[in-house]
Amino acid sequence: MIDKLALLRPTKERLNLFIFLGFLFFGLGIYDLVSNSFLSKNITSFLPGILSYFTPLIFGFIGLHLIRIEYSGNRILDSLNKNINSNWFNSILTLLLIFLLIIGIPVLLNWTFFDATFTGTSKEDCTGNGACWVFINVWFDRLIYGLYPNDQIWRVNVAFIILILTVGAAFFVHQKIKKYIIIFLLFIFPFILISLLSGGNFGLEKIPTNEWGGLALTFIISIFAILFCFPVGMFLALGRRSSFPVIRYSSIGFIEFWRGVPLITVLFMASVMFPMFLPDGTFLDKLIRVIIAITLFEAAYMAEVIRGGLQALPRGQYDAGKSLGMSYWKLHLLVILPQALKLIIPGIANTFLALVKDTPLILVVGLLELVGMIDMAKTNPKWLGFAAEGYVFAGLVFWIICYAMSRYSISLEKKYKTDR
Amino acid sequence: MNIKKFDFGINNYLEDRPKLKKYLPQALTLFAIIFVLGYFTYNAQVNMGNRGIVFGFGFLTQESSFDIQFSLIDYDGSYSYGRAYLVGLLNTILVSVIGIFFATLLGVIVGISRLSSNYLVSKFAETYVEIFRNIPLLLQIFFWYFAALRALPLPQDAINLFDVTYLTVKGWFVPRLVWTNLSVFIGSLVLAIVAIIFTYIFAKKKQENTGKRIPAFFISLGLIIILPLLTFLFGGVKLDFEYPKLIQQAPTIFNFSGGVGIIPELIALALALSLYTATFIAECVRAGIMGVGKGQKEAAASIGLTPNQTLRLVVMPQALRIIIPPTTNQYLNLTKNSSLAAAIAYPDLVLVFAGTAMMQTGRAIEIVSITMLTYLTLSILISIFMNWYNKKIAIKEK
Repeated sequence: MIDKLALLRPTKERLNLFIFLGFLFFGLGIYDLVSNSFLSKNITSFLPGILSYFTPLIFGFIGLHLIRIEYSGNRILDSLNKNINSNWFNSILTLLLIFLLIIGIPVLLNWTFFDATFTGTSKEDCTGNGACWVFINVWFDRLIYGLYPNDQIWRVNVAFIILILTVGAAFFVHQKIKKYIIIFLLFIFPFILISLLSGGNFGLEKIPTNEWGGLALTFIISIFAILFCFPVGMFLALGRRSSFPVIRYSSIGFIEFWRGVPLITVLFMASVMFPMFLPDGTFLDKLIRVIIAITLFEAAYMAEVIRGGLQALPRGQYDAGKSLGMSYWKLHLLVILPQALKLIIPGIANTFLALVKDTPLILVVGLLELVGMIDMAKTNPKWLGFAAEGYVFAGLVFWIICYAMSRYSISLEKKYKTDR
Repeated sequence: MNIKKFDFGINNYLEDRPKLKKYLPQALTLFAIIFVLGYFTYNAQVNMGNRGIVFGFGFLTQESSFDIQFSLIDYDGSYSYGRAYLVGLLNTILVSVIGIFFATLLGVIVGISRLSSNYLVSKFAETYVEIFRNIPLLLQIFFWYFAALRALPLPQDAINLFDVTYLTVKGWFVPRLVWTNLSVFIGSLVLAIVAIIFTYIFAKKKQENTGKRIPAFFISLGLIIILPLLTFLFGGVKLDFEYPKLIQQAPTIFNFSGGVGIIPELIALALALSLYTATFIAECVRAGIMGVGKGQKEAAASIGLTPNQTLRLVVMPQALRIIIPPTTNQYLNLTKNSSLAAAIAYPDLVLVFAGTAMMQTGRAIEIVSITMLTYLTLSILISIFMNWYNKKIAIKEK
C-alpha cells in the first residue's frame, strides 16, 4: 500500500531528503522509547492508549521504510539496508531487537556492575540494588575446594597447577616431547592427582572423599570419567560391530540400556543399589562408585559416536588392511580407528561436553561440586537470598569451560580435516 | 607395534582351528557376563537375607501414607505405592510433553532465525544458542526456580495478567475449564480428525487421477473448527470458566482458590527444559535446512512454483528427513532430563518413587529397577514412534 504512494516511495533522486526524514523518524522512535522507559515521560501521551504504546515501533518503521533505497550508492546505507532492513518484516524484527537491547542492556549492566557490591565481608555490606558479589567473594574458597581442610588446600592447587602447566606446555613444545607429555597426562598424572588429594602416604594427611568438593571435584570427576569412558566406549563400539553374535548382542544390550535411562537413576543405582550387589563388608568409596556410573553412562554414548565413525569409513580400508595380512587388532588400531576418530571429533567433543555438564547431577547422591556448594552456601542462614549471584557465577564458570572445549574441538576438527 | 610378540603363540594356535577361533571369544564373553550377574545376584540375596528383606513387588499394593503436592489423578496418603508410582509417571509425562512442545516451537523459530538474512536476528539467535547450551541444565533449573521465580510477588500483590490469570511466588493461577457434556465435544473432535484423514486421502487420489488440487488444508481447518463449534450450538456442550480468587487464609496469609494452580516447580522445570533443549533442536533445524541443496530451490523456481510452494513442497520435506533423527534424540534426552525434577522437588517419577517411596520401604533393588525400566520403556516408545514417522517420510527409492 505504502509503495503505491509516489510521494512516500523512497527514491535515489531525493536521497538526502529521505535519509534525513528516515533518520529523523527512526531517532524519534528511539527517543520515545528511551524517554518512556528511563525518564518515565511519555512524549506521545496525547495519543490514545494503545497507539501511544506502539509509537516507537511506528516511528521506527516509517523511518526504516524511508531509508530503504536500493542501490543508493552510499556504501554504509546499502549494507545497512541489505543486512537489517531488507523488507518490512525484517525492519520490524530489527526494531524489536534494538528496543530489546536498549531496554535490557542497561538493566543487566546495572545489576552486574554499577549497582553491584564487590567488597565486604558480610551480607550487610550489600546495600545497592544490584548483585552482591560479596557472596561469591566470601564463599570463593568453598566454591572452588569444597569442604577440603583450609590448611591442605595447597595440595589441590599443586595438582591443578601441574595439570595447567603440562597442558600449556603441550601446546608449545616440539612434537617429540609432546608425545611424552601426553603419556604423562594420561597415565601418570591421574595417580599424582589422586595421591595428592586423598593423601595417606608420603606423609600427607588422609582426607576422605566426602570432604572433596567444589570446582575441584567437577574437574576430578570430569577428568577420570573422560579418561575411562573413551576406551570403554571404543570396545563397546567394536563389540557392536563384531561378527560374533554373543559379543554383538551383549554390546547392543549394554549400550541401549545405558542410553535409555536417565543419569539420575544411574546415580541412584550407584549410591543405593550397587552396595547391595557387593559381598557384605566390602566397601567401595561413593566417589569411585559415582565415577564408575558416569563412566559407563557416557561410554554408551561414546560407543554410538565411535560406531558412527567406523561406519563412515569405506569398506576398502578394511579390505586393504586384511589383504596385507593384518590381524583384527592391528587392523583396527593402525588403520581403522585413526581415520574414524578423526571423522568424529565433533561427536567426541559433544560427548565430553555433555559429561562435564552432567557432573552437577552428583548432588542428588550427596556429593557437592560447584553447583552443590552454591546450593549449600545459599541456604546458609547468614546468606539467604543470594541464589541469583551464585547461579550466575556457576553458569559463567561452566560456560567458559564448555565454550572453550567446543572452540578447541572446532580448531582440532579443522586441523585434522583431510579431503578424501 | 608388534602385537604378535606378546600373544605367546595363541594366535597361531587359533589360526589353525577356525571353529575354536570363532567360539572361544564368545564363550569367554558369555561366561564373564554370567559370572558377573551371578555374583551380583548371589551377593544381593545374601545381603537381603541378612537384613531380612524378601525380594518381591508386594509392597506396591501397600498403603503409601505420604502426600504428593501435585497430582493429575486423585491421590492422598491412603492410596497404594502403585498409585504413587502412577502419579509420578503421569507428572513425568506431563512435563515432558510440555517441554517437547515448547522446545520444538522455540527450536524451529531459532533455527530458522539463525539462517535469517537479518544480521541482528541471526546474531541474536546465535547468542541465545551459545549461552543456553553451554550451561548445565541443572544449573538452569536451579536458576529459574530459586532465583527467577522466587522473585515473583506474594499472592496479595500478584502480577495480574488480563484479570484472569495471576502470577505469584506460589505458582501461576489460571482459570479452570468446567465442561458440560465433554464427551460430545471430544466425539466431535475425533469425528473431525477422521474426516480430515479421509479428505487428505480423497484429495491425494483426486490429484493423482485428474491433476486437480483440492484445498485440503483449508477444508480440514474448517472441519476442525466448525464441527466442535456445532456441538456448542446444538450438542448441549457448555464451557464455563472458574476464575481463581484471592482469599484471606489468615490475617497476613493470602492465597488463590479456585482455578488451576500451576506450581512453580513445574514452571521452572518446563521453562528450563524447553530453553535448553530448544538450542539443540535449533541446531538440528539449521543443519536440516542448510542440508537441502541450492539446486533444489532453483529447480523448483524454474518449474514455476511460488516461494511458498517451494518451501512447503520441496525444501521442508527434504529438510525434515535430515532434521527428524537427531530431533528424536533430543526428545529422548528431554524426557530423560525431566528426571532432574527431583532436585527442585517437582513430584516426578524419580522424586516420588525412587525418592520418597524408596526411603519408606527400603526396597532399593525393586524400586530402582522399576524406575529404570519405566524410562527404558518411555525411550523405546518415543523412538518407535519417531522411527515410524521417519520411515513414512523417508525417500522411497524405486
